[in-house]
Amino acid sequence: MNEFIGIEHFLVVGAILFVLGVLGIFINRKNVIVILMSVELILLAVNINLVAFSAHMGDLVGQVFAMLVLTVAAAEAAIGLAILVIYYRGRGTIAVDDVNRMKG
Amino acid sequence: MIQAIAFYLFAGLVIASAVMVILSRNPVHSVLWLILAFFNAAGLMVLVGAEFIAMLLVIVYVGAVAVLFLFVVMMLDIDFAAMRAGFVRNFPLGLAIAAVLLAELILGVGAYNAGGLELSEATSAAAQMPGESNIEAIGRLLYGRYIFLFEVAGIILLVAMIGAIVLTHREAKPGARGRQDISKQISRRPHEATVMKNPDVGQGVEL
Repeated sequence: MNEFIGIEHFLVVGAILFVLGVLGIFINRKNVIVILMSVELILLAVNINLVAFSAHMGDLVGQVFAMLVLTVAAAEAAIGLAILVIYYRGRGTIAVDDVNRMKG
Repeated sequence: MIQAIAFYLFAGLVIASAVMVILSRNPVHSVLWLILAFFNAAGLMVLVGAEFIAMLLVIVYVGAVAVLFLFVVMMLDIDFAAMRAGFVRNFPLGLAIAAVLLAELILGVGAYNAGGLELSEATSAAAQMPGESNIEAIGRLLYGRYIFLFEVAGIILLVAMIGAIVLTHREAKPGARGRQDISKQISRRPHEATVMKNPDVGQGVEL
């Protein structure tokens, strides 16, 4: 990096992305698909931070860890969407407001 | 200078597309904006010299996860307009929480910038050697010191794959088209599957 762009710039981008992900979860409370996408945005922000620190400190462990986060994100998306599909089959809707099957 | 321009371009686009992901009314558009966000994040990572992670981001996210989202969004036939009903009611609460979180994070960066905490001297054994490419260095770490983490990541993916298949698999009804009867298939013998015919010239074959 040069004199214009430092680690702080990357951290601010990561922070804004993280906040947008959290905001997306709050304003799309009814739509599970957009909530899952917001979780992906949050994980992307985490990855940006890990890679920025990895470059800043000259330590590659950050990039290895970013790869593991990527793995978990992919697994989470697959399982989440599978649950969504069977939920839709059972109820014909994916509104999360009235999920009360486990209430007993 | 050029790095700064590239950084602001990538950063601006990644944030703009993230905003569109959470605000667009149609989930299909949300997925497409998400793909744009991933591409620009990959650009950011290329800028700091993490080419391997950047390419991985494009392959895994754009190639697999985003397409998975698109499939599911298009498969579920849902009236998404009705799902936006609570949008206005939840908006101020979400905005307040987001503002607090953003203030916290920026404050943290400012504190770090103002001196930060010297936890240790940053001399790392896992640094990239001069003359070594990013992917070589990552491979050295990943297949050396972090081999067990790497294998655990593989197991996580296997569990996710099996879980998704088990959750969504539906047994076809008996007699339905395309249903396989494995024992019937493997007990089939050649003499019941093929017949020899010797038709005369100009005659058809009755099967």
